[in-house]
Amino acid sequence: MSLSYMAAELAQTTDKVKGYGAVGYGLAAIGPGIGVGIVVGKAIEGIARQPELQGTIRTNMFLGIAFTEALALIGLVAGFIF
Amino acid sequence: MAGEFHAPSLSDFFPPAVLFGGTPFELNRLMLVRIIMAAVLIAVMLLAFRSPKLVPRGLQNVAEYGLVFVREQICFEVLGKESGKKYFPLIASIFFAVLFLNFSSIVPFLNISSNARIGMPLVLAVVAYITFNFVGIKKYGFWKYMRSSIVVPDVPWAMHILLIPIEFISTFILRPFTLTVRLMANMLAGHVMLVLFFSATQFFLFDGAAWMKGLSPFSLAGGFAFTLFEMLVIFLQAYVFALLTAVYIGLAQHADSH
Repeated sequence: MSLSYMAAELAQTTDKVKGYGAVGYGLAAIGPGIGVGIVVGKAIEGIARQPELQGTIRTNMFLGIAFTEALALIGLVAGFIF
Repeated sequence: MAGEFHAPSLSDFFPPAVLFGGTPFELNRLMLVRIIMAAVLIAVMLLAFRSPKLVPRGLQNVAEYGLVFVREQICFEVLGKESGKKYFPLIASIFFAVLFLNFSSIVPFLNISSNARIGMPLVLAVVAYITFNFVGIKKYGFWKYMRSSIVVPDVPWAMHILLIPIEFISTFILRPFTLTVRLMANMLAGHVMLVLFFSATQFFLFDGAAWMKGLSPFSLAGGFAFTLFEMLVIFLQAYVFALLTAVYIGLAQHADSH
């Protein structure tokens, strides 16, 4: 069995208070939530100012979303592992 | 008649072995799903380009549309025309591999994405990692490539003590790690949400108390909405993986001019 599965099983049997993983993910998702909002908002502003650049702006918007959302997802997985 | 509600847990992702149990080649349900989706990908591509015509029709048209999308929107936009053509096979392979392997997340009886465990995203991320490092090292030589990737020009020398470890970790350690975890966590979260909604519908309708039966249409509607969302996430994750690979290759090619 893999390490993460053993760790998850162990965490489930010895904890008295469960759900720390969910609380941890909730806290971890605050920053990326604001971050993705800023990225998309600025991209929309950029498209509104210069509509002929929308392809480039859209590509860079997806790049920015991928980077900031990765942090939220690492928070989700960390809740499962620890 | 109220039964227990079994929420989805991590053990969903580690089903018991189905074939060849006990050997290193044992296959459980998830490995079988991976093999099936890889076979579907190969079959679709072979069928589409079996006898290619100049004016495409039918399946060749659809496959060419996907390939042109990858070429125009990802390779040419990020890498330019000649580099784009050179690395297009790799990036198209990564895009279609992620897309088709993810697709089993919404297929009714398969229901789990082949990228939901860390093995497959790890392989794809290692391929991307080796590629962009190889490109950089071949163009600049090993030490010059490392120097230009890590050392940021035009900062006061005291800042370098802080910046060099940060840049090193961010470029050479975090990039493959986040590529892997991004794909895997998206697919894991999507699977858990879908299983939660559909098992909640089943529980509300059949095993729940009387007042819970009225909640089942809402959880079914939630399951339907999240299946549509999962389709978007599948395509978006494939696009983002291929786009980031192209961006890393482009950054390695232009490591001189930050």
